Amino acid sequence: MFGLVAKILLLGLVAALAVWAAFPLIEAHAWVGLAVEAAVSALVFYAYLTPRRLPLKYLLPGTLFLVAFQVVPVFLTMSTAFSNFGDGHRGTKQDAITAIQTASVVEVPGSPEYALKVVTKGDNAIAFLLTDPAGKQFLGDAQGLKPVAGVPDGYTPLNLGEAGARSQEITKLAVPTAGGAIRSSGISRAYEGRAQRTYQAGCDCVVEAGTGHRWTAHDGSFVDAAGQRLPQGWRINVGLRNFTQVATDSRIARPFFRTLAWNLVFAVASVLTTFALGMLCALALHTDRLRGRTLYRMLLVLPYAMPSFAMLLVWRDMFNADFGLINRLFGLSVDWLGTPWSARLAVILVQLWLGYPYMFLVTTGALQAIPRQMTEAAQIDGATPWQAFRRVTLPLLLVALAPLLISSFAFNFNNFNAIYLTTEGGPFPADDPTAGATDLLITYTYRLAFGAAGARYGFAAAVSIYIFAIVALISAISFRRTRRQEEVYA
Amino acid sequence: MRIRTAGVVAAAALMLVAGACGSQKKSDTSTAAKKSGGTLVIWADDKRTAALKPFADRFGKENGLTVQVQAVSKELQTNFLTASQSGKAPDIVVGAHDWIGNLVQNGAIDPVALSAAQKAAFSAQSIKAVTFNDQVYGVPYAVENLALIRNTALAPEVPATIEDLVATGKKLKADGKVSEIMALQVGQNGDAYHIYPLYSSAGGYLFGAKPNGDYDPKDLGVAKPEAQAAFTKIAALGEKGEGALKRSIGSDNAIATFTGGKAAFLISGPWAITDVKKAGLSYDVSPVPGFAGGKQAQPFVGVQAFYVASKGRNKAVAQEFVANYVTRTDLAKALYQAEPRPPALTAALDAVKGDDPDLQKFLDAGKNGVILPAIPEMASIWDPFGKAEAAVVGGADVPSSVQAAAKAIQEKIQ
Repeated sequence: MFGLVAKILLLGLVAALAVWAAFPLIEAHAWVGLAVEAAVSALVFYAYLTPRRLPLKYLLPGTLFLVAFQVVPVFLTMSTAFSNFGDGHRGTKQDAITAIQTASVVEVPGSPEYALKVVTKGDNAIAFLLTDPAGKQFLGDAQGLKPVAGVPDGYTPLNLGEAGARSQEITKLAVPTAGGAIRSSGISRAYEGRAQRTYQAGCDCVVEAGTGHRWTAHDGSFVDAAGQRLPQGWRINVGLRNFTQVATDSRIARPFFRTLAWNLVFAVASVLTTFALGMLCALALHTDRLRGRTLYRMLLVLPYAMPSFAMLLVWRDMFNADFGLINRLFGLSVDWLGTPWSARLAVILVQLWLGYPYMFLVTTGALQAIPRQMTEAAQIDGATPWQAFRRVTLPLLLVALAPLLISSFAFNFNNFNAIYLTTEGGPFPADDPTAGATDLLITYTYRLAFGAAGARYGFAAAVSIYIFAIVALISAISFRRTRRQEEVYA
Repeated sequence: MRIRTAGVVAAAALMLVAGACGSQKKSDTSTAAKKSGGTLVIWADDKRTAALKPFADRFGKENGLTVQVQAVSKELQTNFLTASQSGKAPDIVVGAHDWIGNLVQNGAIDPVALSAAQKAAFSAQSIKAVTFNDQVYGVPYAVENLALIRNTALAPEVPATIEDLVATGKKLKADGKVSEIMALQVGQNGDAYHIYPLYSSAGGYLFGAKPNGDYDPKDLGVAKPEAQAAFTKIAALGEKGEGALKRSIGSDNAIATFTGGKAAFLISGPWAITDVKKAGLSYDVSPVPGFAGGKQAQPFVGVQAFYVASKGRNKAVAQEFVANYVTRTDLAKALYQAEPRPPALTAALDAVKGDDPDLQKFLDAGKNGVILPAIPEMASIWDPFGKAEAAVVGGADVPSSVQAAAKAIQEKIQ
């Protein structure tokens, strides 16, 4: 009975969600999206209403979430990597043309400044009632201007609230005049302006009135003969260009291997030091004779419980050369974050502090799963405690923990916060401000893609695909080796 | 039996759908109401949202429309661009004037047609700041720049030059009254905005000017010999020289160093005054001093402004609000009270100047300032320039650091 109620409620929820999501899709004319939505809803209803026992019933929720939150983002990243999407290239070509034309409208020199009343005849199209500084009045609509005296018969002025409702019409209305067109500026003023730059479809170019200067569409921008481009560009497909740029750009290729080497050292050192310390603590507390074990365990887990963002900033301040706690406490004068090796040591120390409680927790769990008889048997066979640990406990631990160590490695390989919130990749060598001593690939490329000159999403996506390939390769190799180990010990 | 259960489930689920449809209708009418009554959406940061709210409500009530002021506390510019892209843009956004270049190249904001009389109500500097490619893109409301804030109990005299300042600071340090000569934020990666007054005093510049007064990205000052000379002078104040500039003083602790009494001099902006007042120090504000025999120190002048979004739904009303409502004195005063930055509206400035002598002092300090370049190329300057500064302050070789910065900037600009 309870199951039936739950089923009704959940299916009702799915149906409600589907209906709720359908309206915006219809409004946006996103028919493909609507079809996908309908198909998914139908699949859910079929799977749970059919009396047959389908494996799909168990697999469906997980699969749907996997598609929505893993596969779709990966595909979006991939499709972005093949485009020039970024600042200056965000919208469509039509958007760029509109922006160029709007931005080039200048007031016709010597033209009067009009006071504006927006008027309408019944529910018909709006018109402008314009009063020039001399007090002469005109009625302007899409056809042109005609002189009037006061609000003409049948027309009623709109107040601001009513005008707000018809905002788009007001912005769109341009009353043609000899010198250009009268446009609204807000709803109480109007001016005569002229677009200096217009797009011409014939030559696929933008032409400036008066000078005849032209910018031809090329590669997502309008470019003139001298190679100068207009700032407003649009998004285009650039093929493999982002990928080849990563490989050929000297700014990236030059420090790439140095950064990769340090990146590997950082990830490996973070994992090994945290694992070593965490395991040591776990082993020390893995004895029944110790009193207050729970208390110690709680204290050890403390760094894990604190928000790492805040802790990273606190550590950064503690490593400050003149005001930091560490130099003061130990009476040192080390420029921790100012020289390459001390900065590298500092970030690894911070990682150690932040990361060992996790290793302590998982090792404690894994240790409890190892039967005591094993170590006892080793002892009876005459093994020293070290030998028992090295030959029995550690291998068994590693069988359970190796996947966690690998995922920890993958996490630390891309541990953006650990670097960005402490050193921001610094210190930087005096002769190269692009790649710092503690830069990981991810912080380094983040700076290239977003740090300056606007965001370059297409390029960033291409780089992240490279990084994914590196991490995937390393993880695959490691898992392979672990499996071999498991075959030996399991 | 099974089939009957399926039927019951289907029927019940459909009933729930009907319920959902019922509520859907309700929300449909509410969006319809929004459309007909007119809604104006404004995005600003947290502090300004609170100050804007009462005025926005009043504007809405007077004119029969709904005005929503929404706080976007982080990455306002990026969020605004993303929202514009996906058709969810607000009608108005409030932000710094050096965003204009990037917002324009993304087609996200429209020019604002201000009348000559309206333009005249603002300080000339602030109107120049929001002008880009000969178009006015925003309505300014506050001007800000760096100045020298000094603790008058420790340093009663205004230092005429930076050398005077260092001499006073050193003496105070020798006497054990302070631990730092001055507090000018550098940080491990430098801070181009805060070092610029000294850089300009020593003869450096960022971009040359085009004939129409706009910045010319082709004429890059960092690549010129003047930049080498300027950085040499900055290096002399650094860790291997006088010790007045230090990488250990950064954005997170510069103001605290001053308010904690560890330094007698602070180079910062109007935003620091709240903290300084809270610390109960006796202080005074004066222009940032230059090098002896050098040029005048020029701080960057930045302007906060209101922009009309290109992709907004209610552009006519947004234009009306920005051009004819933001230009009102009482709104400018309220924004000033939310955060004490000097108003750009001359009348509003005159109204609040009497109660707050610091405002005029900050304005005087910025009188010779240069307007922060709004061209998109400026974004490429900050990072390499700051790193060159941090390197020479730390005692690195000046020519190679500056050359590397110039090269990095040129690679990005082209």
